[in-house]
Amino acid sequence: MKLLVCISKTPDTTAKISFKDDNTQFNGDGVNFILNPYDEWYALVRAIELKEQKGGTVTVINVGDSSNDIIIRKALAIGADEAVRVDQPAKSSIDTAKQIAEYAKSQSFDVIFLGKETIDYNGAEVGAMVAELLELPYVSFASNMDSSAEHFVLTRDIEGGVEEIKLNAPFVVSAAKGMAEQRIPNMRGIMMAKRKPLNVIPGIETSSHTGVKSFTLPAEKDGVKMIDPDNMDELVRLLKEEAKVL
Amino acid sequence: MSHANDTVITKSDKTDRYQHHDYYGVDQLLSEDHLLARDAVRDWVKQEVSPIIEEYAEQAKCPVHLFKGLADIGAFGPSLPLKYGGGGMDEIAYGVIMQELERCDSGLRSMASVQGSLVMYPIYKYGSEEQRMKYLPKLGSGEFIGCFGLTEPDHGSNPSGMLTNVVDDGDAYILNGSKMWITNSPIADIAVVWAKREDGRIIGLIVEKGMKGFSAPEIHGKWSLRASITGELVFEDVRVPKANVLPNVEGLKGPLGCLSKARYGIAWGAIGAALDCYDSALRYSQERIQFGKPIAQFQLTQKKLAEMITEITKAQLLAWRLGSLANDGKASPAQISMAKRNNVHMALEIAREARQIHGGMGITNEYPIMRHMMNLETVLTYEGTHDIHLLITGMDVTGLNAFK
Repeated sequence: MKLLVCISKTPDTTAKISFKDDNTQFNGDGVNFILNPYDEWYALVRAIELKEQKGGTVTVINVGDSSNDIIIRKALAIGADEAVRVDQPAKSSIDTAKQIAEYAKSQSFDVIFLGKETIDYNGAEVGAMVAELLELPYVSFASNMDSSAEHFVLTRDIEGGVEEIKLNAPFVVSAAKGMAEQRIPNMRGIMMAKRKPLNVIPGIETSSHTGVKSFTLPAEKDGVKMIDPDNMDELVRLLKEEAKVL
Repeated sequence: MSHANDTVITKSDKTDRYQHHDYYGVDQLLSEDHLLARDAVRDWVKQEVSPIIEEYAEQAKCPVHLFKGLADIGAFGPSLPLKYGGGGMDEIAYGVIMQELERCDSGLRSMASVQGSLVMYPIYKYGSEEQRMKYLPKLGSGEFIGCFGLTEPDHGSNPSGMLTNVVDDGDAYILNGSKMWITNSPIADIAVVWAKREDGRIIGLIVEKGMKGFSAPEIHGKWSLRASITGELVFEDVRVPKANVLPNVEGLKGPLGCLSKARYGIAWGAIGAALDCYDSALRYSQERIQFGKPIAQFQLTQKKLAEMITEITKAQLLAWRLGSLANDGKASPAQISMAKRNNVHMALEIAREARQIHGGMGITNEYPIMRHMMNLETVLTYEGTHDIHLLITGMDVTGLNAFK
């Protein structure tokens, strides 16, 4: 099977978040970046498992400049066979989706994997856009993939239960927790990754219909308010007027 | 061994909150390989070891199941060629791996140091091709556990006085004597043992578990490296085939070559222990409120923290430079001594200061501080004592030997 995994670079979960250019740009100075965990732990590992089961190749694709090469190397160290980097900074979901679709349209991949979202902008958009651009079926937030038969059965966790979707390749799927277990690359994998191809290709011109107006950090959390156990009226008042949950 | 039958603990509710500290941008001196290796080992440690290490240390039990995990991640002999079960990486990669292991526990790092630097390295460096192919892949994959026998009950800093000896007996040597303070020995499948021949020359032999007259009793009662197993090696007329002699080295330079490798790893490893203590102390000082404000706001706490990160930064640069020299094959034993001595002492001092910042909590197993501090007392002494390394530097700069 020919498998494609879309991978993204995101700030580390412990990074201190700030903005620049009049609060319209994320400030990446001094921030440690990682391979987006949903892409790494679930999408990539499930693709590698599928390859181990059915044979084939796993290609990873990333849109970004050469500073992204380290996260691409990590994906190769975990077990992807080759990598493609579209050599331009990631601009927007639609731009990223168009770059991926442009590459994928001539490659006839059987399954295109993504993480359910990136942990920075939490857009969860690129998968649906890629599917639409390639005119492929799309299943979002899949928590399990049964690949034991000719067709695939994907499970989605929905409110109060699960939904099972039966479909045939080719399709696009975004992976949620449960799809696979994290694999930590070993030293041998890290060294082997150096010999695997990383093809850098130019991006295409795209246009976007949206732009960021501004980012705002959430308000700082207030301290804990202690209320006397006998003073129920005060508790109710605070829940009503301040917390506004009643 | 009794350890093999013990219940394996793999989970707990402890979370490792460690965050890396890189005050001088030393990460920018590292390559992609180094960063990937370091982060992989850190992830593995956080998942598999941090949650259980306190429990094993408290019980004074070695988490033997981790040998397989250490092997799978590639922590055994990472700088040896791939062909022999190594990782084909450079010396700095080896260093950062040791740092991440010791960030968790010096005993964990010792398990890997001994297997890689003191067992795999001498077989690779001094062994025959047959010996390499016979032992190295099994050691690299964790199927075999190895140990290294140099120190004796009466000969620690003075290994050339060793009493362990071999007598020629045709196609074998008859080995007699004993070795002391041997990491991994009670659970080891093979031991690289250094012994004197009848002509007084020191040779290395691979002694296998099960050879008649060979035993490895455990040493109990350690208040340090409690999660690492230590024992003796006792040889009573052990017949070791000459095929098990390391053919390509004679004299003390054999074991000392291995020790240089291991000491190099300790120079990096100690930074890990120091970073863990600093990280915990910094976080604790920001969360602990006294007199209405975090104790991090007090000048005396800041003095401790500022000095800690200064010393860690100096040690990081020392280790990095030593690593660069080692990659070029130019790190002298004396330069390795300086880094081992400085960095271990630095880590021990930081553990003590961090213990003070943690107040009473610092003495409990809620925090890693006392465990690191007790571990580092061993690290200060093993692989060349703090004082002996000073004399090595002294001899190197004056040309005069103050050992004897």
